[in-house]
Amino acid sequence: MARVAGALSRAAGRGGGTTLPGHVFLRLAPNGLTGLAEGLPDGIVAVSATNGKTTTSAMLSHILGADRLVCRNAAGANLMSGVVSTLLTRPPEAVVGVLEIDEAALPAVVAQVRPRVMALGNLFRDQLDRHGELELVADRWRAMIAELPAETTLVLCADDPVIDALAGDRAQVVRYGIDDPSVALAERDEAADSTFCVRCGAAYVYDAVYLGHLGGYRCPNGDHERGALNVAARAVRPQGLQGTQFRVDAPDGSSEVMLPLPGLYNVENALAAIAAAHVLGVPTAVAAQRLASFTAAFGRFERIAIEGREAVLILFKNPTGANEALRAIAPDIHGARIVLALNDRIADGRDVSWIWDIDLEGMLDPAEAIVCSGTRATELAMRLRYADIPLHRIERTGDVAAAFDGAVAGAPPGGRVYVLATYTAMLDLHRVLADRGLTEPFWEGNR
Amino acid sequence: MLRIVPIYPELLSIYADRGNVRVLAQRARWRGLPVEVVPLGLGEELDPAAADVILIGGGQDRDQALVAEALIAQTPALRSAIADGVPVLAVCGGFQLLGHRYVDQSGRETPGTGLVDLETHAGTRRIIGNVLVDVRLGGEVHTMVGFENHAGRTRLGAGVTPFGRPKVGGGNDGDGLAEGCRVDRVIGTYVHGPLLPKNPWLADQLLSWACQHRGLDPVLETLDDRLEAAAAETAMRIARTESR
Repeated sequence: MARVAGALSRAAGRGGGTTLPGHVFLRLAPNGLTGLAEGLPDGIVAVSATNGKTTTSAMLSHILGADRLVCRNAAGANLMSGVVSTLLTRPPEAVVGVLEIDEAALPAVVAQVRPRVMALGNLFRDQLDRHGELELVADRWRAMIAELPAETTLVLCADDPVIDALAGDRAQVVRYGIDDPSVALAERDEAADSTFCVRCGAAYVYDAVYLGHLGGYRCPNGDHERGALNVAARAVRPQGLQGTQFRVDAPDGSSEVMLPLPGLYNVENALAAIAAAHVLGVPTAVAAQRLASFTAAFGRFERIAIEGREAVLILFKNPTGANEALRAIAPDIHGARIVLALNDRIADGRDVSWIWDIDLEGMLDPAEAIVCSGTRATELAMRLRYADIPLHRIERTGDVAAAFDGAVAGAPPGGRVYVLATYTAMLDLHRVLADRGLTEPFWEGNR
Repeated sequence: MLRIVPIYPELLSIYADRGNVRVLAQRARWRGLPVEVVPLGLGEELDPAAADVILIGGGQDRDQALVAEALIAQTPALRSAIADGVPVLAVCGGFQLLGHRYVDQSGRETPGTGLVDLETHAGTRRIIGNVLVDVRLGGEVHTMVGFENHAGRTRLGAGVTPFGRPKVGGGNDGDGLAEGCRVDRVIGTYVHGPLLPKNPWLADQLLSWACQHRGLDPVLETLDDRLEAAAAETAMRIARTESR
């Protein structure tokens, strides 16, 4: 019955059928998830984080998918209903589940699914109107881990102090992180969350900050420091939009990775995927080689050829992600067209305050033209004005597809258009581009 | 030189409170007023003579005790600045810190500065959404637009007037009767978003008071605020139509 609901919803087009079967199933069997999760020979990997969970699970699926059928949920379907739908509609020959799970929904889902591996990336302030404060989510995660069976392996980003400390005294823990001061930030972002020792409350001292509050740190009282890295990125060489090259040092040896995605946060995502794949028996060298052919997930530096121009689609949803995206495009922004799209629907976060925390000042000055769009286009335009971008340089077009088309039409042949859009604005644009055959519908290929 | 002093911005900027700082500083610069932002760091002493407008933002609940302890030590300096005519804008957690105490769900008290006769008790449900508040300021009635997200229920003492009356939103106590507090040039409110970009009349009132304190002309040059007005208009429409 739920499968029928999925087929109907997909046939109807819009929803992609990603959550409706789950809603139906949960109505009929509220605790039915446990049974559903069984029967995957290689078990389930649960992936969560404020930033990067979609990309991490896409990378992990790409690595695992080369020799086994992966059951994976679509990015938007990461609450209980989406997870149930994914497991319900999985092909019978699937051997492993890779589930991206919303930070707030994670404890409830994990209580029912017994993941073999749990990969936890980071906690940033994000959508306070939906999740409550960061510390609340962290508390729930701690309680969740206390209840986990001993055989679940934790794959933890050691660069985030809160995540690192989740290891407690568990035996099955893999820590990953970046260890290369040459790519550290000169100073912390304004938007970076302040971090205080999880044990004594003193402010951490950072030897290196890689993004936001992620880096190498120690408590001045010696109560907590970044744990020893089992999987580390060293000799990191950013290659602009082409991606990032680095060496991964893992327990089974070192390998070069040519990651076709820019940004240090994608290095963190790749490390998580490599580490989780290793737990499932994929040698690091194999994982590293497979990542070279990884293509971007929905709105994660997705590159689209259109009328002899190139569009780069970048999802943004919180200050840290936005700062990292701006930093990644900075070397190539000169002369480019920028489309910024801010929606305030529930999935975007109704509170748009966060755009005032982005370090926008100076970042967009070299761009040729800037268009603001989305339900809160004027709010964005005003933010740009206060970043000293002259009013005559700020265009406004509410409809994101119209804004996109205008920017593409204005770009010279061979020119580039960067789109930074919040979740539902990106969905709107994606739908239009998919209708034109320029990209795949978002829910397809996510299985 | 006009000095804008955000208090403990590393801890009290949870709802993009630094947007308020940017707006004040830019609106001064655009008018050719010399201005600098001088944040007060944790452990530093506030010099009341070196502040022309003071901003206190909101923090994570976890940090509130740490902030409260530090801020209480600055109360005499804050009191002296306020007596000297320095305006204070306190938002969310900052608003709560103006009062005598914050009492959490388990009944544990965190003392505040007691600069304003009010106190806050934790509620069971967070009050979240876009808000519209009628505010009377400088002889005019303005519609203040923004976003509220708070679990605290704040009650004002008998002699304290609310800053405004909610048209949409829960306000101080969740009952929609009163929003924020005002004692002369000290303004407390739950409204962020951040507050000042979409309410330039309030930003300019604070700047005008700051100028007066610094001995500069308090009559400010008019700016082109069409974008601000349009953004406020959008936020008003959303506040009126969204379900809470």
